[in-house]
Amino acid sequence: MDALEVIKNWVKKDSEVLDLGCGKGEILKILSEELNTTSLGIEIDQENITLCIQSGLNVIQQNIDEGLSNFGDKSFDMVIMSQTIQVLKEPKKALLEVTRIGKECIVTIPNFGYWSTRVNLLISGKMPVTGSLPNAWHDTPNIHLCTIKDFELLCIECGINIIEKRFFDSSGIENSLTRLLPNLLGSTAMYKISK
Amino acid sequence: MSNSLEAIEVNKITLDGKLELECGQDIENIDLVYETYGTLNSDASNAILICHALSGNHHAAGIYQNEERPGWWDALIGPEKAINTNKFFVVCPNNIGGCHGSTGPSSINKQTGKSYGPDFPIITVADWVRCQSMLSDSLGIKVWHAVIGGSLGGMQALEWSCLFPKRIKKAGIIAAAPKLSAQNIAFNEVARQAIVNDPDFVSGRYLDVGKSPKQGLKLARMIGHITYLSEEAMRNKFGRELKEGKLKFGFDAEFEVESYLRYQGDVFSESFDANTYLLMTKILDYFDPADKFEGELDKAFKEIEAQLLVVSFSTDWRFSPERSKEIVNALIKAKKDVSYMEIDSPHGHDSFLFADKEYVNGLASFLEN
Repeated sequence: MDALEVIKNWVKKDSEVLDLGCGKGEILKILSEELNTTSLGIEIDQENITLCIQSGLNVIQQNIDEGLSNFGDKSFDMVIMSQTIQVLKEPKKALLEVTRIGKECIVTIPNFGYWSTRVNLLISGKMPVTGSLPNAWHDTPNIHLCTIKDFELLCIECGINIIEKRFFDSSGIENSLTRLLPNLLGSTAMYKISK
Repeated sequence: MSNSLEAIEVNKITLDGKLELECGQDIENIDLVYETYGTLNSDASNAILICHALSGNHHAAGIYQNEERPGWWDALIGPEKAINTNKFFVVCPNNIGGCHGSTGPSSINKQTGKSYGPDFPIITVADWVRCQSMLSDSLGIKVWHAVIGGSLGGMQALEWSCLFPKRIKKAGIIAAAPKLSAQNIAFNEVARQAIVNDPDFVSGRYLDVGKSPKQGLKLARMIGHITYLSEEAMRNKFGRELKEGKLKFGFDAEFEVESYLRYQGDVFSESFDANTYLLMTKILDYFDPADKFEGELDKAFKEIEAQLLVVSFSTDWRFSPERSKEIVNALIKAKKDVSYMEIDSPHGHDSFLFADKEYVNGLASFLEN
């Protein structure tokens, strides 16, 4: 299964979904069409916002770094934060906020412990530039990268419950190897969490 | 302008029935002037209502025969523009209380044979919306595809979605606020004082004696105009440029910004009615849909069924982005279909009149999705 398939399994039919950093709204559109969800996206890029509106999605221009206090406690069945936490100024605060707002949350992270990242750093002695992390250190939106181990430790520290987790290889597919050694062989990790 | 509609004509209608106003009075035989652009389709499903702001009127788009100056929202309304008249039938009335042909303080009160003047009842945004619904009935439009407005116009669009949830599919609420702040009301009060203290105001009965409080109206407009522009826009447009290149050590208009404001004030005072201006500022001051719901805006929004687009502008300090976010957050809390954009624009409150690319694309997508 790929990440989208897993999300579709985790999101319940007819539920209320908030996607933080929804981009062009691809995930929300699929969830609305296939699972009849009530969807709301948060996005900062206006071209993306226009594309969301074109698709008939509700989308709010908002900078997640400036807070999410406008959303009530447990006001959404599912909050999705896909490949977003590593670009935020305060990932811990954001994690606490999403688990406050969502009854359940899906968080996807790029795994800095992935073997190719490790090899890249070991051999070159420079900050890794890989397929999933393509930017130079001084010019990357990814300012808070972590490994699978780091993320799970943060969840424990925050009292966040990891309900389910899945790991995907560099082509975005789950396999027996990513399940066996996720922190080494998983390029991306996806968590279903709650608090 | 080649992309403006041409030979625009003004329509006038006398509405059937009476309008019961929030203040307790009734008005009958209301005249409304309005313009239309584009063509109404066979099932009347492509109609968009445009609501004008404080000093606006029914001439929203296009140009009149033998005139060059287009309507106030021509940048956004027209063929292939944000509000595309090739697809939509666009209607813009001059609201009741106005001074451009609709029944208002300068109209003749049939009971007295004189102009209403200060006796014209205080109107509210809800009254306007009910009056516009009477116009909708007359035009055979049961459901508006959208109701859109900027500033005070945005407040009408919001009120429409609350008062007539079944009659409006989309609401465009642009550069608006859920109610005026003390600072907003303060500016309005200074404008009102400027008018009522003009000796030619004659307690509001200036028309009866062939006068007009032009100095007061000019000053009111100058104050208003400052609040429509941003500091940045003023700096870019005028800086500290001197009309004659040097200081003259006197009190004439020396800086460009002074002569600009004086000119704008003069033009306005020639074409606008002082009692209407007073009324419009009161309509703004009174607007507060949350008031009937213990101040809880989300409860005021409970009945809304429309999809809403809220737009604010970065340099607008009259109704800042924070004010739009109050509307947005209450709509989120009430679990309504809302989208929100904050457009980077240097033009202050007036930004809603300019065809910024992201703004145009967002609005067009909203209307056509």
